[in-house]
Amino acid sequence: MATIIIPTPLRKFTNNTARINIQANNVKGVVNELTFNFPDLKKHLLDEQGNIRSFVNVFVGDEDIRNLQQEQTPIKEETVISIVPAIAGGMV
Amino acid sequence: MLVIEQNPLDEMFADALRSFPDECCGFFFGNEIGQERIITNILTVDNSKEGDKKRRFEIAPKDYLDAERFADENELQLLGVYHSHPNHPAVPSEHDRIAAQPYFSYIIISVKEKMIADIRSWQLNENFMFEEETIENQSINQNK
Repeated sequence: MATIIIPTPLRKFTNNTARINIQANNVKGVVNELTFNFPDLKKHLLDEQGNIRSFVNVFVGDEDIRNLQQEQTPIKEETVISIVPAIAGGMV
Repeated sequence: MLVIEQNPLDEMFADALRSFPDECCGFFFGNEIGQERIITNILTVDNSKEGDKKRRFEIAPKDYLDAERFADENELQLLGVYHSHPNHPAVPSEHDRIAAQPYFSYIIISVKEKMIADIRSWQLNENFMFEEETIENQSINQNK
């Protein structure tokens, strides 16, 4: 099963679990399974259309899925997936 | 409530002054005991915003992953993000709010004419609105 690493700010929605093992064929399958098991994560990961929010980056290994096959990026047994919140802001 | 130890506070202030007139940014770490967050360490990172760094900051995903790794390796909790507002109050903007994460504390340091003017901390509530947190530190409280 692939391992998905939950970032600190979202762990309160996964019962404080940092690493979750999920069986899926691609990133979309991983996210679907994750939000099914932890429904409170949904509003933080997905927009109203069900797509991954622009403020959320998903990395497969060290690579952003935007540089791979986006949500269709395939997942293998040993794949490590990281959810990386975009950290940004500013005074105006 | 945030309790900021003196070293991390000095390092955040130094980063804010060094980066002026641009915004600085970084992470802070420590331990959470009940309602109290004790900050013991910081990690300064580059403001990776392309364009106007005087009014905006951005942290590269790789720096975020390094911060999670640092917390893991040092058995600390990643408690939040700090950044500066050059010549502007230590109050979050709408842009800060939209990009903010749950759970994290957001420390904002106001720098005016190369002097530290204020430091305040904010956290998102359940309605995605910022609420101010109290900061405890002897040197700050003496100057207020």
